[in-house]
Amino acid sequence: MSARVVTITSGKGGVGKTTVTANLGVALAMRGQRVVTIDADIGLRNLDVMLGLENRIVYDLVDVVEGRCRLRQALVRDKRLQELYLLPAAQTRDKSALRAEDMVRVCDELRESFDFLLVDSPAGIEQGFRNAVAPADEVLIVTNPEVAAVRDADRVIGLIEAEGKGPARLIINRLKPELVRRGEMLDMEAVLELLAIDLIGIIPEDETVIMAANTGRPVAFADNSPAGRSFHQIARRLMGEEVPFAPLKEPGFLERLFRWMRSEGEEQR
Amino acid sequence: MKLLDRLLHRQEPPSGEIARERLRLVLAHDRANISPGLLEVLKDEIIAVISRHVPIDPEGVQVTYTEGPRINRLVADIPLRTERRAQRR
Repeated sequence: MSARVVTITSGKGGVGKTTVTANLGVALAMRGQRVVTIDADIGLRNLDVMLGLENRIVYDLVDVVEGRCRLRQALVRDKRLQELYLLPAAQTRDKSALRAEDMVRVCDELRESFDFLLVDSPAGIEQGFRNAVAPADEVLIVTNPEVAAVRDADRVIGLIEAEGKGPARLIINRLKPELVRRGEMLDMEAVLELLAIDLIGIIPEDETVIMAANTGRPVAFADNSPAGRSFHQIARRLMGEEVPFAPLKEPGFLERLFRWMRSEGEEQR
Repeated sequence: MKLLDRLLHRQEPPSGEIARERLRLVLAHDRANISPGLLEVLKDEIIAVISRHVPIDPEGVQVTYTEGPRINRLVADIPLRTERRAQRR
C-alpha cells in the first residue's frame, strides 16, 4: 500500500486551491480513505483555518524538516473524521525554509501509512510551487473561468509537463451558470478547448463555501450544497470511479448545463 | 442566434466570447514565447533584409504567428513592389 501524492496548484492566487484541497481531503476521508492534507504555502498558511484546525497546531512542516520533531508529532488529526490529517505549513518562515528534496522525503515517509497525500501549493511558479510539485504523482490545476486565471493555468500546465508530472487534470472553480447562460462568462467547453487538458470537475459558485470558510467546516461535510456535491464527485473520480459528466455534444448548451447541474445532484452517492 | 442578434443590432459580442478570443491569442503568444512586440521587431528586420535585395512594399508586410494542430509557424507576407517585371520573366 502506498499513497498517491496529489498536488493542487493554479499559478494565479485566489482561485480556490486551499478550498479545493480542504474539501477533497474531507470528501476522500468520508469515503474511507486515509488522507493527509499538506500545506506547502510556507509563510502564508491557510489550510489550517479552512479545515478549522488552527488551534490545534503544535509543530509544522518546517519543524519536521529541520528535525525539531518527528513527522507524526506534526500531524494534526481532524476529530470529525476517522482518517483525515493536516500537516501545517510554518507561518513565521518563508519559502526558502524548504527545498524540493525535503517535500519528497516527507511525502515518501507518509506514503506507506496513507491512501492520499494532498499537497496545497502556493500561488506562483517559483520555489514554493516547485517544492509542492516535486513529490507529486499527479497534479490538479484549479482555475476560474476568467481570463487571468486561465492564462496562468496554461503557464502552469506547461511547467508541469516540462517537469514530467503531466498530464495534469483541471478543476474549474466558481463557475456561475447564470453568467454562462447569458454569454458573459467563459463556459466549460471554451476553457477546456483553450487549455487542451482533461477535466476532473466543475464547482459552481456557491455562497455556502464562504460560510464554510467562516466556520472552518468545509462544505464537503454535507452533501446538500452544489459545491459540496461537486467535491464528492471529484473525490470519486480521484478514487478511479467513472462519474459521468453531462453529455458534451448533442443538446443545446442551456439544456446541457441544466442537465449537468441536475446530474451533479443526483449522482452524489 | 447570437450571430443574428449581432447582425440586427450591431451589438458587441457577449463578454464571454471576447474573453475566449483574447485568451486564444494570449495563450498562443505565451506558449510560443513570441510576444506581439517581438513580432514587430521581426517584421522591421525582415523588411530591412529583404529590401536590400528586392524592392518591396514595407507598408504591406505582415508577420503573423499561427498555431496549428501539429506545428506552429511564423508567416511573413511580403508584397513585392513591381509586378510587371515578375510577369516579363
